[in-house]
Amino acid sequence: MITLTVNGKEHQFNDDGDMPLLWALRDILKYTGTKYGCGKGLCGACTVHVDGQPVRSCITPVSAISSQNITTIEGLSEQGEHVVQQAWQTLNVPQCGYCQSGQIMSAVALLERKAKPNDKDIELAMSGNICRCGTYQRIKQAIHLAADLATEVKGS
Amino acid sequence: MNQIENVSRRGFLKKLGISSTALVLGVQLPSMLTIPKALAGVVGTDKFIPNVYVQIGLDNIVSIVVHRSEMGQGIRTSIPMIVADELGADWQKIAVVQGLGDKKYGSQNTDGSRSVRRFYQPLREAGASARMMLQQAAANQWQVDVSETSAINNTIVHEKTGRELSFGSLVAAASELTLPEQSTLILKAKKDFNFIGKSDVALVDGKKIATGKTTYGFDVELPNMQYAVIARPPVLGAKVKSFNADAAKAIAGVLAVVQLPDLEEPAVFKPLGGVAVIAKNTWAAIKGREALAMQWHESEHQSYNSDEYKKALATSCDNPAKILRSKGNVNKALSEAKQVLKASYYVPELIHVPMEPPAAAAHFHDGLFDIWACTQTPQSAQSSVAQSTGVAAENVNINVTLLGGGFGRKSKPDFIVEAAILSKQLNVPIKVMWTREDEIQNGYYHAVSYQKLAAGLDQQGHVNAWQHHVAEPPIGSTFSKGADLIGSEADLGLIDMPFDIANVSCAAGKAPAHTRIGWMRSVTNINHAFAIGSFVDEIADAKGLDSKDNLLALLGPDRKIDFSLENAKYGNYGETLDKFPVDTARMKAAIEKVSKMAKWGRKLPKGHGLGISMHRSFVSYVACIVEVSENSDGKIKVEDVWLAVDCGLAVNPERIRSQMEGAAIFALSYTFYSELTAKNGVIEQNNFDSYQIARFADAPTTHVEIIDSDAPPGGVGEPGVPPIAPAICNAIFNATGKRYRELPLKQYGIV
Ligand code: FES
Ligand code: FES
Repeated sequence: MITLTVNGKEHQFNDDGDMPLLWALRDILKYTGTKYGCGKGLCGACTVHVDGQPVRSCITPVSAISSQNITTIEGLSEQGEHVVQQAWQTLNVPQCGYCQSGQIMSAVALLERKAKPNDKDIELAMSGNICRCGTYQRIKQAIHLAADLATEVKGS
Repeated sequence: MNQIENVSRRGFLKKLGISSTALVLGVQLPSMLTIPKALAGVVGTDKFIPNVYVQIGLDNIVSIVVHRSEMGQGIRTSIPMIVADELGADWQKIAVVQGLGDKKYGSQNTDGSRSVRRFYQPLREAGASARMMLQQAAANQWQVDVSETSAINNTIVHEKTGRELSFGSLVAAASELTLPEQSTLILKAKKDFNFIGKSDVALVDGKKIATGKTTYGFDVELPNMQYAVIARPPVLGAKVKSFNADAAKAIAGVLAVVQLPDLEEPAVFKPLGGVAVIAKNTWAAIKGREALAMQWHESEHQSYNSDEYKKALATSCDNPAKILRSKGNVNKALSEAKQVLKASYYVPELIHVPMEPPAAAAHFHDGLFDIWACTQTPQSAQSSVAQSTGVAAENVNINVTLLGGGFGRKSKPDFIVEAAILSKQLNVPIKVMWTREDEIQNGYYHAVSYQKLAAGLDQQGHVNAWQHHVAEPPIGSTFSKGADLIGSEADLGLIDMPFDIANVSCAAGKAPAHTRIGWMRSVTNINHAFAIGSFVDEIADAKGLDSKDNLLALLGPDRKIDFSLENAKYGNYGETLDKFPVDTARMKAAIEKVSKMAKWGRKLPKGHGLGISMHRSFVSYVACIVEVSENSDGKIKVEDVWLAVDCGLAVNPERIRSQMEGAAIFALSYTFYSELTAKNGVIEQNNFDSYQIARFADAPTTHVEIIDSDAPPGGVGEPGVPPIAPAICNAIFNATGKRYRELPLKQYGIV
């Protein structure tokens, strides 16, 4: 038995410890905001935070993360009030939206590491997240906007 | 307004599950034209009397049914914009309802860039007739003439007295009235639009996406649902020889192993066959599938090897089997030309890779199906499931989820049929999920193409001969086994070549298919626009002309082209030439516009180059300029893309811009990276490492301007794609002097 802490809530997990976290979250614990795109760590659609670090849940076995805190898109802010979620909505970033949970989780992790990233920082941090719809340009703008929003929030 | 009578709509209300206290206006819409030939006629579900429904509740909420699939193009925002505008609705008081698959809506087949193109007028009429009934109901109550009333923010207003009645309060009275005649409908003037043409409407699903609360096909969860993955034949048509069901069942969590019927070609939308592993969760199903140790019989298609196939296509171009357009005498003109230019172009087989692979959940119970799927085409899903399972189509309920991208893949419902067959056989709800490997290796592919072009220049240097031969396996082969000549693919940028040239010949050679050939965003426009857009630039170079001047000169005088005068049967995307002409004036205007945007002719930094191209598709016009740079290692980067778009009246400019930004990335992916190859009939690529698409660092800055137009709305989702690849290659030529004629460009080591 493994205890998984997802968005602050504890769950008992009784299945195969080799199961990638992605399927544990989606099929067993029903956090379907985290998406499958490749299953091989190539696209970033499945990105979640484990103790604040972005990880690809499709290649992370459940057994590897027993006592750590997992944050999924659902755990950022229910009402979409996180600055990154705000920026995404303001700029109408998504097209189909399917990659965006992963994009947002990668962007949040970047901003936590670096409050004011430049274009190069963004390119590097986001290079593992594919968007087939091609929203990269707006993602870049939205990350800059989120950084600005965060400073405003702190300043006020 | 005419006298309005009572109508009973109770049966209809029941069917929709809508309470009869709501005013429901079932608006009978005028019949549509036939659907675009390239994408039509495969399964005859398209009917031409669509209905669009507006439901207004006592709570003053306007529900608008979106009957088309949302896959990133923004249709769940654009359709409500159109209806709400004519209705006078308050954007904060609307609810967007996704329509079930049902013939009553007319075609729901969301491809061919036609949701707005085909439904703009009917949707406006739907909104207007609802609004006029509400106005009449209010006018009756106030005992005033209806012309003194107007609708704004879910309220009918009597301007003279300032009296107001909410839509919700008029539900009962309006329900007593009958529908106005179509001829009496009063539509808004463009200047009065509140939503249409405005860029400040937020995405309907924007907040849900940002909070992870959306439901895609992959996300559907039903009580007691089981999870399935399927081992499908690696070569098209290969039948199952043997498999180890016991080994699969020995994996913890595996519940059942089911062999599906082998595929008999033509493939149409039938399942490919193979063996399904059903489990308690996806992981167990995947593990179970690995344990099957599948063995397959041989298939005739294992002769398919990409290297040899490419050579065969090149040979086929020299022996065309069908002349598609002919004007004057090309052979004579070429033989008498002062100079003849020739070039060949190649685009490999491609695949959609929507971020969400296909997925469908089916529940068979009480003799009927409830199905949830990320489908572009709920009606052909319905008929395909009916055909394969013997359950009547009206007992197949198709709920359309959000689509994590479509690009044409999800207008083939084979994956939905798989889920239906399994649920019926096992009597439990089943979700079938395709892994990325499945999606790439068992797809409906964009046809590989070889093209040979020749142009003859006369004494004065005028182009007076144009010959274009293509060989590409046809979409028709998926629906008729053995078909080896393109049909309506020729209408997609081949026979509609718009240049003013005296002698023209377009022809196709045979190309037998060895995979399921399908349609992918902008379809064969991809191949044809790449070849034509590159070749005219080669002509410019040969003539020593500026690329843009050459393009304008070749387009010739302003005119509307009728290709039937040149022995071509041109489908014009299912539209009449009257309504949607092939207009060279609009082409030239787009070219001029984009040239201004990009400051064509300016002095460029060292190693930079600009390239230009223009293409009309899906009855819209897109001109493109690309700026590339070459670094000291000889690597190319696309810096900027400028797109000038004339898509007629722009309904949702914000989403038009996002579609164009996306089109640039989609085209950049196949220009630089994507390629499928087959070895002994098996596709060799299987995930994003071997089948690459553009990533963050590849993304240019894309600048979009929409040309103001009152022409009827044209396509938006696809037309941005075709001109990008030739513009990139033309820019690379201008930057480096190197001309690349085969995609993807990564083979040249420049990325
Ligand atoms: S699904 Fe995990 S990286 Fe693609
Ligand atoms: S928005 Fe569709 S894949 Fe990114």
